[in-house]
Amino acid sequence: MRRLTVLRSPVGASSAVLLTVLVALAIFAPILWGDRAAAIDTDALQQGPSAGHLLGTDQLGRDIFYRVLVATRLTIGLALLATVIGVTTGLVLGSIPSVLPRWAARIVTSAVNIAVAFPGLLLALFFAVIFGTGTIGAVLAIAFAIAPSFARLTQTLTASVSGRDFIAAAKVCGVGRFRLLTRHVLPNIAEPLVINATLAAGSALTAFAGLSFLGIGVQAPSYDWGRLLGEGLNRIYISPAPALGPAIAVVVAGLAFNLFGEAAAAGHRDQPRGAVAPRPRAGGQEPEDGLLTVRNLHVTFPGGITPVRGVSFTVHNGEMIGVVGESGSGKSLTALAVSRLVEHPGTVTADTLQFNGKPLEKTPDRELGTRLAMVFQDPMTSFNPTKRIGRQLAEVSEVHQGFTRKAAFNKAVDRLKAVRIPDPERRAKQYPHEFSGGMRQRAMIAMGLMGEPQLVIADEPTTALDVTVQKEVLKLLARIRKDRSAAVLLISHDITVVAQTCDRVLVMYAGRIVEELPTDELFTAARHPYTTALLKAVPDLDTDRNAPLAVIPGRPPEPGEIGKGCPFAPRCPLATDQCWEEEPELRSFQPGHQVACWKSESELAGVR
Amino acid sequence: MSALGFTNVTVRFGHHTAVDDVSLTVPSGQVVGLVGESGSGKSTLAATAVGLRKPTSGHVTTDGRVQMVFQDPYSSLDPRMTIGNSIAEAMPRRKDKKAEVARLLELVNLDPGRATSLPARLSGGQRQRVALARALAGQPRVVIADEITSALDVSVQGAVLNLVRDLQRQLGLSMLFISHNLAVVRYVSDRIAVMKEGRIVEEGPAEQVLGDPRHEYTRELLAAAPRRHTRLEAS
Repeated sequence: MRRLTVLRSPVGASSAVLLTVLVALAIFAPILWGDRAAAIDTDALQQGPSAGHLLGTDQLGRDIFYRVLVATRLTIGLALLATVIGVTTGLVLGSIPSVLPRWAARIVTSAVNIAVAFPGLLLALFFAVIFGTGTIGAVLAIAFAIAPSFARLTQTLTASVSGRDFIAAAKVCGVGRFRLLTRHVLPNIAEPLVINATLAAGSALTAFAGLSFLGIGVQAPSYDWGRLLGEGLNRIYISPAPALGPAIAVVVAGLAFNLFGEAAAAGHRDQPRGAVAPRPRAGGQEPEDGLLTVRNLHVTFPGGITPVRGVSFTVHNGEMIGVVGESGSGKSLTALAVSRLVEHPGTVTADTLQFNGKPLEKTPDRELGTRLAMVFQDPMTSFNPTKRIGRQLAEVSEVHQGFTRKAAFNKAVDRLKAVRIPDPERRAKQYPHEFSGGMRQRAMIAMGLMGEPQLVIADEPTTALDVTVQKEVLKLLARIRKDRSAAVLLISHDITVVAQTCDRVLVMYAGRIVEELPTDELFTAARHPYTTALLKAVPDLDTDRNAPLAVIPGRPPEPGEIGKGCPFAPRCPLATDQCWEEEPELRSFQPGHQVACWKSESELAGVR
Repeated sequence: MSALGFTNVTVRFGHHTAVDDVSLTVPSGQVVGLVGESGSGKSTLAATAVGLRKPTSGHVTTDGRVQMVFQDPYSSLDPRMTIGNSIAEAMPRRKDKKAEVARLLELVNLDPGRATSLPARLSGGQRQRVALARALAGQPRVVIADEITSALDVSVQGAVLNLVRDLQRQLGLSMLFISHNLAVVRYVSDRIAVMKEGRIVEEGPAEQVLGDPRHEYTRELLAAAPRRHTRLEAS
């Protein structure tokens, strides 16, 4: 299926049609018109184009149009032969270092590195001189000109695959080097190699035409396009058609190969996306006052994939709220939607999406930039590695608050101090790589503090950190909330982390909130079967070591797999027909405690 | 008797000492948990046991084959090879591979009919079970589990941990169980070793190390581990 994606783009489809025509010509032209192309007609020597001879005739009166058609087989055949030899040689040279002993591998690699430094056509000419004029010489010349770049490509791709765990796993299992190469490495790099081979075939074709044109390729009485071009060129001022015919053939065939390769490469890079997503349901509640009000939030991607499906919650000033969920539950996308960071082609819709009493889409960037702070999981990728930390922090105040360079930098130092980074003046002048993971995460939080944030959204801020550092970062978030009465939305897969720090917990599953409750009640009064199962499935330092851990059968659904009914039903011990048919809404069942489940309070209390 | 022993193992990368004079034994039929933070040298130590890395000095002794299960189930299985072939590849002798693959898949609670599936058809938890089955196919004396649950969703972690414990008891395996998560290590291990900056700073029976830690760093780790009923206050 994936191989056919290349045909979906206009370029891919038209180049595929061209290639098919070329192959058909290569097969059938000599059979159909071979005699006509060879027929000598002494009455019609060196004629120009006419109805009888579309491209005119050559010095023996042979029809050039048919000769061009018939030459397709030799031209394309030789180009492909050269490509196959070149690609195979390159493949061997590129992959053999992984099988050879180290010193030998080094020699091969160095030889390839030197060969890559020479332009391909120069190499081809060099080899053509060595191998002598003639078809075989030209094929080998072009093949060996292709080989070095292919060898290099193979080496690079092999290196990228070699670092993967499955290679290490196979080594541990005692798989030999040769088998490792043929069974694990080559199949995983085949796709880019095939694409590049197609491109190489295009260049081989033009290069071959070049050699024949110069007279060091195909020799008479054989003829290919390059040779026909050379013959036609002698009288181009009298009659251009005999030269233009083969020239056009070369260009079209070269283009067909190259464009097909390009289209295949493009298809390899981005996988196709499907149709337009359905609109979310209308209707909802009136907005209430809160710092952040979210009602019926949907995030949709092309192909009808909706990872966030009607999320509603409110964050009040100075509150710390935890969002718990597994990968694919939509928790991170909810956070991104709230900070207007969902990227194309994702679309965000909501009945209400208000920040600070104003619709989010009408909040100016400047206000959002200073009042809302975002902390991401990986602090390494959220800083620009080429700029000093202090400057990156200062930029916020320069852009959003109109500070001077100096004042902004001083503020940056002050904020780094506020997140307890020791020696902030010196640290501000350092680059991100000079910071440890925990330090970088603090710097990220400091960046959020450059404005006057009323809301800090922290998406898995401690997942990449060690436990001792995690504790410090969580404490820091708690302090920001206390000192600045900022609200914090803490997103985490770790229910224990959330339980330790937050006032309220939102539990997300399959793009929805399935339970919302105060943290104090999490371990005593959680009701949703997913929440209770999660609490039992995760070991902590007080878990009974002799009892098996509770297991939730199955796995969470992918956003594309959600059908009708409650998405947790396939894993739920209590599921009944109703659960499979209809998805429950989030309903209040005590003040501050909402659950999306069809089961009654007494039934739910039973599973705990 | 020990199934796996490290004697004064040191691994250096240039000037950096990743593992610094480590001596550790995995007693036969027991699980030794190895905890420590990122960069403490846990994974490098494991790599020396399976021959992926040569110790700069010191040596590793085993009385049988050592197999390893890796952290990321999405990267540890060849995406172009069926899971049955991946498992069969690790078998030492040419006996009835098909039946053996089926037996191993059943052992890790997977449908033997899935042997012809490619890894892409499997969830993370299922892949990790395949990785376990592959490790067992080598008929190892010792299995090294390197952070095998940290890439999994929390709701499937438990199933993998249960499986590890069951298999270990059923087959009498010896295991080196590496994790940064104290709660997970505590749940599966008989003994616990704590690693910091390339050195083992404390080692002993699990209850003793966790209940009465001797080293300052072990105490620090225990204090930092998230607990359900203690609230973190603002720093």
